[in-house]
Amino acid sequence: MSNQFSRRDFVRAGAGLASLPLTSGLPLFGGMEVAAQDGSKTLTIASNVNLTAMNPTLPAATGNQLQAYYATIFDPFLKQAPDLTYGPGLVTKWAWNEDMTKVQLVVREGATWHNGDPVTAEDVAWSLDRAGKPENKNPLRFVWASLGNFKVDGNNITADTVRFEPTIFKWFGFLGAYVLPKKYMEKVGLDGFEEAPIGSGPYMVDKFERNSFLRLKANPNYWGGKPAFDTLVFKFVTDGASRVAQLESGAVDLTYNIPFEEYDRLLKKPGFEGTSILVTNCATLFITNKDAMLDVNVRRAAHHAIDKQAIVARLLRGYGQPQSTMQAKEYDAYDPSITVAYDPELAMKLLAQSGYSPAKPVQVTMQTTRGMAPKDFEMTQAIAGMWRKVGIEAAIEVIDLPKRSELIRQHQGANFIFQSWSNATGDPHNCTGFALYDKSVQSAWRDRELGAKMDPLWIEKNYDKRIAGWKGIDRLVADQGYIIPLLQYAQPIVFRKGLKVTPQKNEFVLPATMKPA
Amino acid sequence: MSGQALLRRLALVPVTLFGVALVVFVLLRIIPGDPILLMAGPGASAADLQSLRESFGLDKSIPLQFLLWLRDLFHGDLGRSISFRGDVVQVVVERMPPTLELVFIALMLAMTFGGALALLGSYFRGGKVEWIVDGIIALFQSVPDFLLALLLILLCTVVFSLLPGSGRIDPALQVDFKTQFYIFESLFTGRFDVLGGLLAHIALPSLALALPFASMIARVLKASLGDAEKQDYTAMARSRGYHESRILMVESLPNALIPAASLTGIQLTFLLAGTVLVERIFGYPGIGNLAMDAVSSRDLPLLQGIILAFAVLFVAVNLLSDLIVVALNPRLRNG
Repeated sequence: MSNQFSRRDFVRAGAGLASLPLTSGLPLFGGMEVAAQDGSKTLTIASNVNLTAMNPTLPAATGNQLQAYYATIFDPFLKQAPDLTYGPGLVTKWAWNEDMTKVQLVVREGATWHNGDPVTAEDVAWSLDRAGKPENKNPLRFVWASLGNFKVDGNNITADTVRFEPTIFKWFGFLGAYVLPKKYMEKVGLDGFEEAPIGSGPYMVDKFERNSFLRLKANPNYWGGKPAFDTLVFKFVTDGASRVAQLESGAVDLTYNIPFEEYDRLLKKPGFEGTSILVTNCATLFITNKDAMLDVNVRRAAHHAIDKQAIVARLLRGYGQPQSTMQAKEYDAYDPSITVAYDPELAMKLLAQSGYSPAKPVQVTMQTTRGMAPKDFEMTQAIAGMWRKVGIEAAIEVIDLPKRSELIRQHQGANFIFQSWSNATGDPHNCTGFALYDKSVQSAWRDRELGAKMDPLWIEKNYDKRIAGWKGIDRLVADQGYIIPLLQYAQPIVFRKGLKVTPQKNEFVLPATMKPA
Repeated sequence: MSGQALLRRLALVPVTLFGVALVVFVLLRIIPGDPILLMAGPGASAADLQSLRESFGLDKSIPLQFLLWLRDLFHGDLGRSISFRGDVVQVVVERMPPTLELVFIALMLAMTFGGALALLGSYFRGGKVEWIVDGIIALFQSVPDFLLALLLILLCTVVFSLLPGSGRIDPALQVDFKTQFYIFESLFTGRFDVLGGLLAHIALPSLALALPFASMIARVLKASLGDAEKQDYTAMARSRGYHESRILMVESLPNALIPAASLTGIQLTFLLAGTVLVERIFGYPGIGNLAMDAVSSRDLPLLQGIILAFAVLFVAVNLLSDLIVVALNPRLRNG
């Protein structure tokens, strides 16, 4: 082949093309995000969930991870401290009346909305009232509708307890419990609010690029003091590997909920720090009371055969805490005397009583999500391996969250269903209660006999008596193996060295509590 | 394709879209996964669930839901998204431009790289260069786009801080765009300072989509060029003393383009589908990323809207590619 256009010419042309961006003046690196290196003014966070709606009281707004956004823009009625205790938010005093037929609230003075209007008791009463009305589609209406007939007098609010809800004040600082601006929302409407939301929280919305980022500016008039960073950026990076890459490249200052392998690796690198405290999110195996699961020996054997410590050590690299009940140590009804030990020999004996052995195993199915909770699928694989040794043969079926919800609701789930259960209120109502009450849409164990034992606890007015009652239920549940609590998760947060981060047990990542070095 | 044949193809478009809409509508509603249960709290009563279900129109029978959806569709209304507060049409229209820009740039890159590789391999057929070209083609054909995406992030973002690995635009940038076509808008309005940043952001996701596609184009085009080289017209050109580069570009290439163009049309639909994972990995705010969110939250109205939008795109792309093939191949014009 005669080469008028030689190989050298090709190489030269290639080099020319490659250098085009540089020679043309196109800023090859221009627009690349760079985290504030001085750590003083801008905080950029790679978060793991996408913000879909600005209204924090809508059905799509109740995920724990979403509260990082909402608690930054809006103020809750009550604020939850990092250790789960409750303190003043926009409500500064809260109490029942003597016979617990009314609640009395005092609203903070001096707080303002982002448009400068004062936050009033009217706003607080209106927010509570609208949360309980069906037309507003609040997913936690079952809680909020327990209050009604709101009366405002200056900064004081009284409301009647339409239905006694002993945990109502705990919900005041939990999911979707935010005060909304009555006057502004009535003026702009729901769609207008989505376009230009205002709250009374530490940061104000500056720009919301859907599915990409949320940029906020510090609220200089915040009643809790101006936040430490002038600008806050949440970048929505749902892929864990991409979040790690963002942090490593310096594009963000902080990220969280990454695999623990990556967490350990990053901490070994210079320039990064991290926290990994135990949070109120627990891995649990729900049991559907059907077929083989009606046999108490099988249920108890399944529980005793699981080496939870090994799961924590090997799958979660030591970041986690085995549990025997649904109560984490920080919860109100935690009782250290209730334990279900790892005892494979006992498991084999129990199974033998029902005619099962490793040679003649009981066949079960275990449903799990994959990648929706840390090591969810891997955990079920490990458990299936442990069970096989004692005489339980488990088939694993991967399902997604919507399917899981529907199967549980219809009582059509498999024998075992993996679920991570979060209860930032720390109240037993919201873990043992809703996970095992036969009338709860999230309970897989539907047993009226057990439900009847719980019935009085839902309306018990004496706190000590109520908590003691739930401890009794937990003991019964452990003895009968109605559910298998596995472990309490830890939440990995990694950030640029020098950043002061206060981790929260409720899993909320709150930039307003963060400070530069 | 005659005018009549074209009209026949166009007449089939609404039928195709109706079929897609019907199948998808029914499938989405019979697969397990109730969006209402996902959003309802643990203490929600049956009345609460019913109330939420009614508010999203999910309490009606599937045929009735479909008829109502169809009626609204004719008025340009695809319903309201469950997870996003807002009109489905608005949400889809807002997210489609980023994906179209991504696909357009990926297509341009794929055609450029693929074409260049094919020409290079053909020009140096039988030598080391062809061996290298074949190696590159085989490599990019065997690496799936999502893996390539992760490798590009590792290489270009983590190891060498060359390009941003996430998002569409620098969050610090204070720009108000009039449209959602950021790249085209900044290009046509002369905002080259902004354009640089936008191109930097789109570089890695478009490369992740483009490189496997480019290898496909290169493989087919190179094979077609090989066939063309054996044809009489090529031998004639060579006997007239034309230079090899002219034979390749003027005689062989126009004939070899037909199968490559046909393949590009088919593969473009795969490129569109590939945006779902690639956009997710790069945190790119397009329709693919939106589809993932809609699936995980079982946002049925939104999912329906997204699939319909994809279906319209697929049909349009197929029609366009047929027209291009006809334009390139005169023998098909009267067929």
